[in-house]
Amino acid sequence: MQTHTAKRVEITIEAVMQRRLTEALESAEVSGYTIHPVLGGSGRSGHWSREGQVSRASGMVTVVCIIRPERLDPLLDAAFSILDRHIGVVNVTDCVVMRAERF
Amino acid sequence: MDTILSLAAANLISPIILFFALGFAAALMRSELSVPEAIAKGMSLYLLLAIGFKGGVSLSEHGLDARLFFALIAGVLLSFALPFVAFALLRRLTGLSVVDAAATAAHYGSVSIVTFVAASTVLSSAGIAAEGYMVAVAAAMEAPAILSALWLMARSGGGAAGASALGPGLIREILLNGSIVLLIGAFAIGAITGPQGMAQIDAFIVAPFQGVLCLFLLDMGLVAGRGLREARGLLRPGLLAFGVLMPLIGAVFGLVTGLVLGLSTGGVALMMTLSASASYIAVPAAMRVALPEARPAIYLTLALGITFPFNLTLGIPIYMAVAQVLTGG
Repeated sequence: MQTHTAKRVEITIEAVMQRRLTEALESAEVSGYTIHPVLGGSGRSGHWSREGQVSRASGMVTVVCIIRPERLDPLLDAAFSILDRHIGVVNVTDCVVMRAERF
Repeated sequence: MDTILSLAAANLISPIILFFALGFAAALMRSELSVPEAIAKGMSLYLLLAIGFKGGVSLSEHGLDARLFFALIAGVLLSFALPFVAFALLRRLTGLSVVDAAATAAHYGSVSIVTFVAASTVLSSAGIAAEGYMVAVAAAMEAPAILSALWLMARSGGGAAGASALGPGLIREILLNGSIVLLIGAFAIGAITGPQGMAQIDAFIVAPFQGVLCLFLLDMGLVAGRGLREARGLLRPGLLAFGVLMPLIGAVFGLVTGLVLGLSTGGVALMMTLSASASYIAVPAAMRVALPEARPAIYLTLALGITFPFNLTLGIPIYMAVAQVLTGG
């Protein structure tokens, strides 16, 4: 089957910043993304779990975008305009997709 | 003093406070007891709806009076002013940075609606009436403290980024956060439909209320205890002292305000409770957006792990007792 290379960008960010991030992505013409809730994890600030949180302020989400390689830089510029001062993790991986016209 | 202590001791023995204590103790003992997230969210919606609606019905029964507007204005002014007191106290008692102190101060100018709900319930169980419009005062006190904290940051030269974050988007999120919309909306519906509206839904919002509140506070006790357990390394004596002293100082501000406004015994107790409480829902979200450099572990642990349990177990009984003694109620 014919496949096409693409970039998978995964951004884990505080839930309160989710809307701002997706608006920035859309303004960079990245209209396709998927949002996952984060159950918990551990990082520089110690362990964290979604269980028992009373506020969205302490929740995290992961926004996943799959894009054509040439659109990576505008996406990262848009994302960093939001993430600059906030905690979060951004990682980019190579992937392949089957229907290139969708990305 | 003896009267205040004996009244406080009597108020302490109520199911809602004891269920909170149970959750808190269970979390500290690392019990696996937990309440599913969706149920906790549903209970919080129920409590906001019920307390807002009851406040609105009470307003419709007693009618509007000028004190409502003065109480609203006083609430807003208190919310603006208390962060300055908290900021000064934090800088004196703790070694917190300006940004951590400003963010924490914002929490203490705003209010905890759950503490307000608990105080309303304890008052009602004790047969002490309060002005129904205190629900609106609670809602009005949520947001102004955030502006004070950002101003404190700007004055200290570190707030340019925070101030720039305070755009229309953040202001809308603060003013239209879900809790405020439901509380004020239910209050308005209660005021419009009055006792007839209450007769239609009282089976839903009156009889089950205390039981739901017990379960909700059990969960809040678990959350507060877990937060305290995980962040205990951060809590130095100065911070601990602040978490207990600041609500008492806030309560004094609320007491003076309530007495000047001529509120009833219950109204004074609620004004004290509101001024003593610290937000852990609306303000943390705003601070994460506007002052992300501030450490949530500090302000959430203080507001939720120290001040909330203090208010629920000792604060509310003390505020009620003081209000009873000073108003003769």
